[in-house]
Amino acid sequence: MGFTKYLIVFVVGGLLCVIGQLLISLTRLTSARILVVFVTAGVVLTGLGLYEPLVEFANAGATVPLTGFGYTLAKGAIEGAKQSGVVGAFTGGLSAASGGISAAMIFGYIFAVLFRPKTKK
Amino acid sequence: MEKNKKAAQYQQRVKELAPKSKTAQMLIKAFLVGGLICCIGQAIRDFAQFTLKLPEKDVGTFTSIFLVFLGGLLTGLGVYDKIGKFAGAGSVVPITGFANSVVAPAMEHRSEGLVLGVCANLFKLAGPVLVYGVGSSIIVGLLYLWLG
Repeated sequence: MGFTKYLIVFVVGGLLCVIGQLLISLTRLTSARILVVFVTAGVVLTGLGLYEPLVEFANAGATVPLTGFGYTLAKGAIEGAKQSGVVGAFTGGLSAASGGISAAMIFGYIFAVLFRPKTKK
Repeated sequence: MEKNKKAAQYQQRVKELAPKSKTAQMLIKAFLVGGLICCIGQAIRDFAQFTLKLPEKDVGTFTSIFLVFLGGLLTGLGVYDKIGKFAGAGSVVPITGFANSVVAPAMEHRSEGLVLGVCANLFKLAGPVLVYGVGSSIIVGLLYLWLG
């Protein structure tokens, strides 16, 4: 049970990264663009109701890749829209994803101040 | 005729020398490392859910925060760069790659000061991700509202 669960996580997460690598290798997209493409794809797929089943099937295999970040945003926006209409559609996405974004701010700041970039040899 | 033959030979030679296997190799590495990072994420999820007994809705958030912390720390230590060179998209696509895209430019511009160096560059790469992500999520929310 545990092993199968982790195997599914591994394979689905790995395959999403393979799609990213194919985009890099075949289209020469920069990694910043890959991130944008994956988040937007996650939002669109969630909006179409296609990503939720993948999350239920693969857990972290679907939520850890950046498409999962898009899933969190879109799911939040839909929940928000359900609860408080137009205002909720605006606030829901960031509310749902605020933990990760806030963490990126505070840890990003701390680590950027604490560490020096390694000089390239 | 002779010319065509030479051209064919040349094409053959190009095919031999082109780093074709490198793409296949990168795909495998991306698969392995990306899958592994997702498994680490799953372990954090399970830890949050079964050991810390966090409520269902906080489990995902806890996992994101933890992975962003790890990605940021490894970037600061210079380890994530090495993982990235090895794994390509395997290190970019997971949320740790998002953390890397936050810390790396901020660290690089540290010498320009805390405000315009560090803070202004924190979201140099992650900003577009948020603009596209949040922007499209608003559209999805509004469409949901109007289309049911």
